[in-house]
Amino acid sequence: MNIARAVLLPALLAVAGSVCGQGLNPATLLKQPTDAWPTYNGDYSGRRFSPLAQINSSNVHTLSLAWATRFTSNSPGGGGFAGGVQIKSSPLMVNGILYFTSPNNVWAADARTGRELWHYQYPPNNGSTLGNRGVGMYGNWLYFEVPDSHLVSLDAKTGKERWKVQIASPKLDYTTTAAPIVVGNHILVGVGGDHLDNPGFFESRDPETGVLQWKWWTTPRKGEPGIETWPDEYASSHGTGQTWVPGAYDPELNLYILGTGNPNPVMAPQSRKGDNLYTCSIVALNPDTGKMVWYFQTTPHDTHDWDANEIPVLIDDVVDGKPRKLVAQANRNGYFFVLDRTNGKHVLTAPMIPTNWSKGVNAKGQPIPDPAKDPATDGVLVLPSSTGATNWQSPSFDPETGLFYVGTNRPYSMFYLTDTDVHPQGWGGLDSVVGEEGAALLAIDYKTGKIAWRHDWPSGSGITHMLTTAGKLLFTSNGTNLVAFDPANGKILWHTGLTANPSAAPITYLLDGKQYLLVAAADSLYSFTVNQPAK
Amino acid sequence: MRYFKHIGPPALLLLAAAGVYLRAQGPPAPSASTDKVSATAAAIAGSGEDPVAVERGGKLFVANCGGCHGLTAKGGPGAPDLIRSLVVLEDEKGMLIAPVIREGRPDKGMPKSNLTEPQISDIVAWLHAQTYAADHRRTYAYHNIVTGDPRKGEAYFKTTGTCSTCHSVTGDLAGIGKRYEALALQARWLHPSRGGAGRGGAPAGPARGATTVKVTLPSGESFSGVLDRIDDFNVSLRDGSGDYHSFTREGHTPQVEIHNPLKAHQDLLGKYTDADIHNMTAYLVTLK
Repeated sequence: MNIARAVLLPALLAVAGSVCGQGLNPATLLKQPTDAWPTYNGDYSGRRFSPLAQINSSNVHTLSLAWATRFTSNSPGGGGFAGGVQIKSSPLMVNGILYFTSPNNVWAADARTGRELWHYQYPPNNGSTLGNRGVGMYGNWLYFEVPDSHLVSLDAKTGKERWKVQIASPKLDYTTTAAPIVVGNHILVGVGGDHLDNPGFFESRDPETGVLQWKWWTTPRKGEPGIETWPDEYASSHGTGQTWVPGAYDPELNLYILGTGNPNPVMAPQSRKGDNLYTCSIVALNPDTGKMVWYFQTTPHDTHDWDANEIPVLIDDVVDGKPRKLVAQANRNGYFFVLDRTNGKHVLTAPMIPTNWSKGVNAKGQPIPDPAKDPATDGVLVLPSSTGATNWQSPSFDPETGLFYVGTNRPYSMFYLTDTDVHPQGWGGLDSVVGEEGAALLAIDYKTGKIAWRHDWPSGSGITHMLTTAGKLLFTSNGTNLVAFDPANGKILWHTGLTANPSAAPITYLLDGKQYLLVAAADSLYSFTVNQPAK
Repeated sequence: MRYFKHIGPPALLLLAAAGVYLRAQGPPAPSASTDKVSATAAAIAGSGEDPVAVERGGKLFVANCGGCHGLTAKGGPGAPDLIRSLVVLEDEKGMLIAPVIREGRPDKGMPKSNLTEPQISDIVAWLHAQTYAADHRRTYAYHNIVTGDPRKGEAYFKTTGTCSTCHSVTGDLAGIGKRYEALALQARWLHPSRGGAGRGGAPAGPARGATTVKVTLPSGESFSGVLDRIDDFNVSLRDGSGDYHSFTREGHTPQVEIHNPLKAHQDLLGKYTDADIHNMTAYLVTLK
């Protein structure tokens, strides 16, 4: 037993003995339960691979609708699209109950029927309703970030509010969209928002009281390592680097690994010369202390909004008979990175799509930005756009095929510098997409970085969510179609059309011994299963 | 406080005590080089402040505060950035800002002001417009983008760019420099069907150049028209007489041939240098 375990386990056991009931024992999160989807990515690895195989490549053609339910709200807040509910959250499924969100809204529904059990609405406020990625669960309690920069805890049985705590000033325009992640007795809370050069942070809250346990600023302050990558502390402390997408956790190393956002001012870099650590980085934090153990910067001195918030995926590799702990990320900047997750050292860097902003890769495995492609007043043409080659949408790693699946686009954009002040602020520039070379699902061999197979979509965005299962299936979507592929070769095995584009990653679980596939599309949830012949 | 190191503490105190427009005497004010001192009209409108008050407030700020806080309030020699100030961001109608202007911050070297209450209120309005402007990128103003060489643009048009294969400056492009302002023109000629869908959103023209499709069934019968939708499972079109046709796709059946008249534009995206782009825009804006 290592030190991390020694610290963590007593806390977990204490919880298990007290508050569980119908709720979630945090120790469950250390396993990969098949009868629950207890955290954002289903488990801590970020793989979104399920060992379930009831629904499989032989019977997927009979996959059919168990139920579909539409959820409404008089304050839907869901991304500014048509005003309706947009469920961009990965639902949790615990003890037969689904918990899912849109900004300002949390619902609980019966996973067997789709029937709404309760609906919590946060009061109207001026916060950004760009999206919400879901709740975290600890015992009988749920944790939910609301647009005006508060963390709310709800009673999972009733949806009643227990408490709320402020995590930032609402006036600083943080977009509090992240799904809290529970590790031991820590509620890990990230934030977004990059309009007012607000300081980036990641923090841990007490599950019972909401009291701050620790706060990690994503950029260094005076005297701290990394400050030499900024002109001064003022630039660093306004250098942003947000934490709006959940990370992955390795219990053996006791490391929480997550990506950080882009530096600010976003497209006007003249006041922040240097690499701007620890923005656009994959970082490993000790979840008990908030101390950073290692980092790897994927885009030094970013000027194109290519954050590194994409999901880090833990891969357990074996080389020459010896186990090797890796973490892989398909990055918004167009590159695929594989690191040694014990120390953050680079193992592999490979382009996922062609790009035109890099002068190559340095000895540390980092792309070398070409300053000629920094935003300019008269515009520069850059591949990819600020939206990137990929984004927050979940990739998947299938240990059976050894392939990493990610949805990608290839958008060209003109990047304009608008704020030429020596002390610019906010975005300081804009970009405008001028063409799209293609949307594709890529299956990447993590050992070589080579693309094993690809599926070019005839239309629509290619940046969609992935789920793989031991049933030799890869689920994703294109437009309104939910699609199942053979993960080994990219052959399409099944599809069905929904009423809207899937808006969150599909999840899967066993319920009463039967495997279900659940997907959110705008304001509705769809539950699928394989029906057996009548007995 | 990055500017403290440029001027010694005694000088700082002097500057602060004077509390007036000292730009000419101090080190170059970091904000003074900008050609965009005030928020754009769009930002002022968005902020909900009275444009007249904002204009008065801007002048008052420059004269009374800009020497220390910078002409755009982004910080200056010896005084902090006000756009990133929590006092400003959390202020409602001057409740937090006005007392600071009225009483000063003697402990930090900021003197009391002699401004009247209406003048303070104007400065508050201007500060709110400035923070709104930084916070809302859709209100950002572009700079001049016509920086290229029109002669090189013309040469590119006729040779490397192969533009004259499809276009004529006396035909379809006649007067195009009159029809669009430069920024919209640049977005439009780069990709005529796109309208600025990035996180920034520079303006562009409406969609045009419809993609057409020909669908050939195993029987040999075929249907052609404007592509309505295509994915891996279906394709639909509207034919010349307005009839709608939709087909289920199974792999390569039926046969689908797509013709995108803008493909040449798309294929060029990987070939342009930024100089080509700027030269082309500089040339096209001359086509009045």
